[in-house]
Amino acid sequence: MSTEILAHHKEHHRSTPKSLFGFWVYIMSDALLFASIFATYAVLRNNTYGGPSAGELFSMPFVLTETLILLASSFTYGLASLYAHHHNSKRKVLAWLLVTFLLGALFLGMEISEFTKLVSEGNGWQRSGFLSAFFTLVGTHGLHVTAGLVWMGGLIIQVLYRGITEATMSKISVLGLFWHFLDIVWIFIFTFVYLIGAI
Amino acid sequence: MINDFKVIDEQYEAGRKALRSYVIGFVLSIILTLIPYFIVVKHLMVNQTAVFAVVGSALVQLLVQVVFFLHLHKKSKPHWNLIVFIFTILIVIILVAGSLWVMYNLNYNMTEVSPFNSNEGYIPE
Repeated sequence: MSTEILAHHKEHHRSTPKSLFGFWVYIMSDALLFASIFATYAVLRNNTYGGPSAGELFSMPFVLTETLILLASSFTYGLASLYAHHHNSKRKVLAWLLVTFLLGALFLGMEISEFTKLVSEGNGWQRSGFLSAFFTLVGTHGLHVTAGLVWMGGLIIQVLYRGITEATMSKISVLGLFWHFLDIVWIFIFTFVYLIGAI
Repeated sequence: MINDFKVIDEQYEAGRKALRSYVIGFVLSIILTLIPYFIVVKHLMVNQTAVFAVVGSALVQLLVQVVFFLHLHKKSKPHWNLIVFIFTILIVIILVAGSLWVMYNLNYNMTEVSPFNSNEGYIPE
């Protein structure tokens, strides 16, 4: 590892790249999108139209597992980003990105199986205002996770072929913002939909 | 050569700090997930208190993840990231609290079977 590259890394740290700030602004606008859907859910959550309410539908241990899996993936992504920024270790970056990808895919699989179960029991989004809002909120989060996974797959391929360069490192930072943000949104879904629904 | 080592040392030092930050964030987040979970599942509190406790731990966890995972506190000098973040929080609060407030009042005013003879504030033409 030459001094030049290391000095370059330091430079990279000192000046926040504009792309990172730009992406942060996008994340904040995405937070507003989620806030609108959360508000909709909060307004509609008691409108069950004689159907099941939140407390009757969900299995709490299942949701806790989902939550811990997503949290773990947020942590492993942090490790990938750490090895990219401070140790320049391509192998470890790839390994942790892969672990993150698998955890994310597992989370998505669990979410899809929950949705399928709800729909097959006749509790789809047409059932009541509450379920429409539920599917919109959790489904939007799931779509974001799907997009994150596609993006992460592309990133893994890029790191595989190009290694840890200025460009790939910046992409790792940007996807990191997105991935940690999705975990934060899930905390609120976990709290407001599942926990408060079960109280 | 000595300079080389100095730069590498600094890199490793920064790496260790970052690792500590992620581990602390991860452990705190797990704790802040399990506490509200068991409060709800084991019915440790009465309804009203439980809601406050659960929402409280979500807000603390938001703070934990923003600090330890997103490292928001130590980015860009004029803190533009932070300013945008605070502005967003403000809008989110107005949006969510505002919707709930408006819709609650709407429901409250329309709970009776017929609004025409029960609502004092409503005078039909």
